Amino acid sequence: MNHDLSGPVTGHVPVLRLGDVLLVTLQGDLHDSTAQQLQQDIGETVAGTGVSGLVIDISGVEMVDSFLGRVLAEIAARASLLAARTVVAGMRPAVAITLVELGLTLPGLRTALSTEVAMDLLAGSDPASRSGGPRQESR
Amino acid sequence: MPEHASTGQHGSPAREVGAFLRRRAEQISQRWADEPLFRTVFTVSRDEAVEAGRIVVDALAQVADTDQVHDPDAAGFTVVREQLSRMGAARSRAGFTTAQVSNDVDALRPPVENLLVADLPDEPTELVRDCTTALTVLMGTMRLVVLETALSEGQALIERQRLQLMEVATPVIKLWDGIVAVPLIGTLDSARSQVVMETLLEAVVDQHARFAILDITGVPTVDSLVAQHLMKTVAAARLMGAECVVSGIRPAIAQTIVQLGLDLGTVITRASLADALAYALHELGADIINATPGGAGHR
Amino acid sequence: METAAGVDACLPIRSDMDLVWVRQHVRQAAGLLGFGLVEQTKLVTAASELARNTLVHGGGGRMETAGLTNGHTRGLRLTFSDEGPGIPDLERALGDGYTSGDGLGMGLGGARRLVHEFAVDSTPGVGTKVTVVSWADRSPRPRGEF
Repeated sequence: MNHDLSGPVTGHVPVLRLGDVLLVTLQGDLHDSTAQQLQQDIGETVAGTGVSGLVIDISGVEMVDSFLGRVLAEIAARASLLAARTVVAGMRPAVAITLVELGLTLPGLRTALSTEVAMDLLAGSDPASRSGGPRQESR
Repeated sequence: MPEHASTGQHGSPAREVGAFLRRRAEQISQRWADEPLFRTVFTVSRDEAVEAGRIVVDALAQVADTDQVHDPDAAGFTVVREQLSRMGAARSRAGFTTAQVSNDVDALRPPVENLLVADLPDEPTELVRDCTTALTVLMGTMRLVVLETALSEGQALIERQRLQLMEVATPVIKLWDGIVAVPLIGTLDSARSQVVMETLLEAVVDQHARFAILDITGVPTVDSLVAQHLMKTVAAARLMGAECVVSGIRPAIAQTIVQLGLDLGTVITRASLADALAYALHELGADIINATPGGAGHR
Repeated sequence: METAAGVDACLPIRSDMDLVWVRQHVRQAAGLLGFGLVEQTKLVTAASELARNTLVHGGGGRMETAGLTNGHTRGLRLTFSDEGPGIPDLERALGDGYTSGDGLGMGLGGARRLVHEFAVDSTPGVGTKVTVVSWADRSPRPRGEF
């Protein structure tokens, strides 16, 4: 599977539906207001479409601060209330190191190396998903 | 030469030295060109050495003119710093000790002193003595300036070597499709733990690795800072969607971790690298089985 | 001591659009000073936290950046200042407030862990000034990075 969705983004965030999964691609530097708008839009789309999975691709994001980190966690929490599983995919090493240093380990958030792995994970075809994928922190 | 010493209207000894330096700039730089400090740096052209020497003499004269012979921050020393420190740095990079560089810079003083004394034959002894003292102080300050820079060059060299060593000591090995490992050997300090973390996470991306194994069999001790780094690595790998397994925690280290009150509960650990690999393979859906009933197991 | 052009600046923090400019400027300046990718990301993230504090709790203000040189090491100093209400309980603000939602001083404790030097000067009713410094080569770059 190859979802090449890294097309030009001007002001809006592309939200794509692939069967039972919603794919959101974040790129560049998001305004706080854009992020908040996105949180609302995704919530509404998940509720409206009844998808069972949500993949947020952040491989194009150079920085996640506590604000954006919380937005991601809240999107996942809201989707989970609507019976949809969320996977955050493609976080860069520098971003991950910084988040950990910041003290934000985002427990409870499912993660994957890429959107492909995330889709597999949601489809249940991934061998590692037997154990729920990368184990999450219990805290 | 307007400043030529004429009895009766002397400035301060320092200014007197300044005038002397300007007067004798050519001779001084000629003599310096034969000193080891200049000779070993300007191996190709002696003219270049003389030219470099003249620039230094001019700068020293400027410092003396402003009565700042004891002040390493005097404006004139900026030029000295550029010229001489470059030479000092080149020599310390070539393996000379700071003490040798210090001696070499010191060796620049006697030729100038001799010229100064020869230049003032008819002056009162007191003035000659004051001028010599001023020159000695000036040359001493210059040596300080050079050493300062040579030392910081040396530190930069050590720093570069330290980084190289850390990189060499952190090889990331691909053990299987989707499994990478870093066998750590030697003492882990905070800086090296940082390199390990960054190198391993980069490899996770490059190799699309679902599992990253940190093998610390070869690590003699782990302190709380290093243990924290290991846990941060595990947490960062998780955020990226990979799982980190720490293998080879020797009993002594396990004890330290308990004594430090650290909770490795959320970290997956295995006794050996082989066990960690078996675990990762199993999680990826591949299991190791014996080819023959009597053959050696994977443990 | 010379610093690279384009490092020293003073940027207003009045809207969330300004936060984007702050982040971009810090990333660019850190890049010019030779920061590795991880240190760059840490500093940009710290700047984002502190600028948001200035905006949300200080009612807006400004960020000043200055390139620093210490021997062979180059660094970047960021100063965030506002004329807001100040931080009444600094101890608490420096604690890990990120879990308590939009609480006062949120992000201060986190930002402190992302930089090498950190100082807060806050007077209730007068304003707050947060100064942070990071150095380029404290943390070595991993292989494979430019």
